[in-house]
Amino acid sequence: MADKKVRYLKSIEIDTKAERYCRFRKKGFKYIDYKDPDFLLMLCNPQGKILPRRLTGTSLKYQRKASQAIKKARHLALMPYVADNLN
Amino acid sequence: MNRYETVFIMTPVLSADQVTETVEKYRALIIANGGKTVHEDAWGLRKLAYPIQKKSTGFYHLIEWEAEGSAVLPFETEFRRDERILRFLTTAMEKHHIAYAESRRDKSNRKAEPKQEAEVVVEMPAKEASTPEEKA
Repeated sequence: MADKKVRYLKSIEIDTKAERYCRFRKKGFKYIDYKDPDFLLMLCNPQGKILPRRLTGTSLKYQRKASQAIKKARHLALMPYVADNLN
Repeated sequence: MNRYETVFIMTPVLSADQVTETVEKYRALIIANGGKTVHEDAWGLRKLAYPIQKKSTGFYHLIEWEAEGSAVLPFETEFRRDERILRFLTTAMEKHHIAYAESRRDKSNRKAEPKQEAEVVVEMPAKEASTPEEKA
């Protein structure tokens, strides 16, 4: 029949293959330096906005530290508040 | 005693003498407030990520210092009154921050040491080469 829907016993695996991990936890970071703008740029999008946890996979504890570090770097003009083309 | 880290930006208009004079002023201020400097790092003239007071560059300087918490407020008010300062940021250092800063300093020291050894090695053959000439 045309209106018969396909059913799966298990949920299909789409976009769930790559395992997410916190890069700070994995490498054993204790402190995130605000004086290192090149590293902090990895956590920003091309507009200079802080990327959300759901995209980077960072754990909450380190996301908090990273966002504080980025905001300190912005205050000291090491990183831009607004940008056109970063990364 | 707590440990603090202060980074401040001076206007690019200053001459080299004026920069050292300004830094000296804040170094003296820390000691006057009953503290001491642990480490200093002059980053020199750097480009700012965005203009501050219509300036696109500035002299960065970092001071790591130890003092009682009451010393921070007079230290920062002096920054606010100073026209030569574009920006400043004081952070209280927790133990991981201190460990990070010290390990980083060790690394830069280790990098500096082999260079000195290399210079000595270069000097040695030169002396040996000069002595036979003197004998001859």
